[in-house]
Amino acid sequence: MIRPDAELLLDISDLHASVEDQPILKGVNLQVRAGEVHAVMGRNGSGKSTLSKILAGHPSYRVTGGSVRYRGDDLFALEPEERARLGVFLGFQYPVEIPGVSNLEFLRVATNARRDTQGQEELDTFEFEDHVREKLKVVQMDPAFLERSVNQGFSGGEKKRNEILQMALLEPVISILDETDSGLDIDALRIVAGGVNQLSSPDTASILITHYQRLLDEITPDYVHVMAAGRILRTGGRELAVELEQIGYDWVDEQLATEGVA
Amino acid sequence: MVNTVLAPVQKRGQANLEKLGLPTRRQEAWRLTDLKRLKAMASLPHVAGADQSSWPSVDQGVTRLVIGTDSDPLEGIQLPEGVSPLSEAELEQALGHTLDRCGCAEVWPVELNHAHSRRVLALRVRGSVAPLEIVLAAGDGLIATRVLLLLEEKAELDLLQVIPAERDNAAAPLAHSHVIEVHLGQEARLRHGLLASASGDTSLLAHLAVEQEPRSSYDFVSVCRGWRFGRLEPQVLQVDGQATTRLNGLAMTGGDEQFATHTGVCFQGPEGSLDQLQKAVAADRSHSIFNGAIQVPRAAQRTDASQLSRNLLLSSQARVDAKPELEIVADDVRCAHGATVSQLQQDQLFYLRSRGVAADEAAALLLKGYCCDVVDRLPSVAPSWLASSAVKDPARPL
Repeated sequence: MIRPDAELLLDISDLHASVEDQPILKGVNLQVRAGEVHAVMGRNGSGKSTLSKILAGHPSYRVTGGSVRYRGDDLFALEPEERARLGVFLGFQYPVEIPGVSNLEFLRVATNARRDTQGQEELDTFEFEDHVREKLKVVQMDPAFLERSVNQGFSGGEKKRNEILQMALLEPVISILDETDSGLDIDALRIVAGGVNQLSSPDTASILITHYQRLLDEITPDYVHVMAAGRILRTGGRELAVELEQIGYDWVDEQLATEGVA
Repeated sequence: MVNTVLAPVQKRGQANLEKLGLPTRRQEAWRLTDLKRLKAMASLPHVAGADQSSWPSVDQGVTRLVIGTDSDPLEGIQLPEGVSPLSEAELEQALGHTLDRCGCAEVWPVELNHAHSRRVLALRVRGSVAPLEIVLAAGDGLIATRVLLLLEEKAELDLLQVIPAERDNAAAPLAHSHVIEVHLGQEARLRHGLLASASGDTSLLAHLAVEQEPRSSYDFVSVCRGWRFGRLEPQVLQVDGQATTRLNGLAMTGGDEQFATHTGVCFQGPEGSLDQLQKAVAADRSHSIFNGAIQVPRAAQRTDASQLSRNLLLSSQARVDAKPELEIVADDVRCAHGATVSQLQQDQLFYLRSRGVAADEAAALLLKGYCCDVVDRLPSVAPSWLASSAVKDPARPL
């Protein structure tokens, strides 16, 4: 939903970043307002995942230029956990397995950290169990997964559901979902996309990083961006995704060549 | 009276200690040991008695025996059905037998115990019995305790040994020497936990000798934390093979602590099995040592043994030495071993932090996750100790 007067949640300006001294992002500009759904597409290696990790504060990535303001404040002044508590959520492309750490306990600690920042009361073990069981319905997840270690032995689809469950519990302001659709069969994709749709509101926004039109059939984007060579090369509406499905990315090389980048 | 049986043992121990002298670094088993600390602990005066106020109350259906004090551990205690003390004649016959068979009757830590222990808790177990707790009371100075357990054919027991030695740093030094001999008859089962939790200037030398008859099952779980100087030596002998041995250990060290675990398993017959996991977490400038010997002589065909040593280093100055020592002569066997040394995984830390969990809390969660596969295997009576101030949670941040 595009409302020009809606709150500017994320303002990315000329962002440059590198990993292991290799420049990856080379001037990303993107503004995300409340209520909007943005899709970021592009080939492998174009910088999509790097963008998501930078926004979440991954320590292996270094910002070398530009700025990101989250609700007016410098995002980079915040530790990863502070960003999460203030409502920035990254749905991982490859959710991490943590043997020995109970999923339920992890979810409770995370939920309470966010609630505390929002001025809400922390939930004790019993209250949290009721709370999480409600949220499980959003992703039609089996409660048995709460008893297991975080993501350990989960299938690809179960891991992605667990990500959306975390999103449901943390009630983020801005969600960056990094290839949440990868590795999902059609049914799982519908469930996960349905979860994201249920969780979106006029006050929140999401950035969907994806390779496929398929996800965008389920979650309608307001904007579609194509990333290449570390920046956003083209922006359009949902029709751009449909067009990409037909024409692929060959035009990207031509445009980069014209600009003398490639 | 038990003391009469021990008198000649004590005398022999003292003579042997004198003959042996202190171990030196030229001896392989002591190569990495801080011998100054060994000497300091051995020369502490003998004192008995301990403050028991922080101990948890005894769980229902469990019998607690306290050793290391001047009183008789069985005084005023009603032993569970199936458990009885050994007569002096039986004790005379059995004492030292398993140590001998395991080849460790004359090793230094055992001789130290011989020289100092004044009492032995000796029990016979028949049938399936209710859980036992043996608490090794620790006061100031050097305390030596000794236990002998005979599990008859088909006997079953859950045993938790606790050494609560949480003290403040200013407290006088404490040292504990402990020897336990266990004989498992055919088809007997022992689930044996050792929870040794210390802080301050504390030392521990604990030696276990376990003899297993065929089709018996011995499950040993040790969780040791906070000893400034410690050495745990479980030695298991499968006398005719065909038995099951599981060893799970966790050693947590911080500050300038040194803790060594020397395990030895010997199969003297065919078709025995061993499943061993030894974990260590070393923080600050601490030093954790693991030596895992497995002997599979020719008679031990079709042995199935696996040993894994996993080590977590929490500081760049911490040190871990892990050494598997496999001696395999039989040709039709499966013996797997491995050792890993790692740090806390950055991607796991980041995942937790990206969900709002503070960095230190994330590290604490990961540490707990690392320790739980050993801690959770302690016998069922362990949780009340883990929750008490006498022991505390061993997986808490270092």
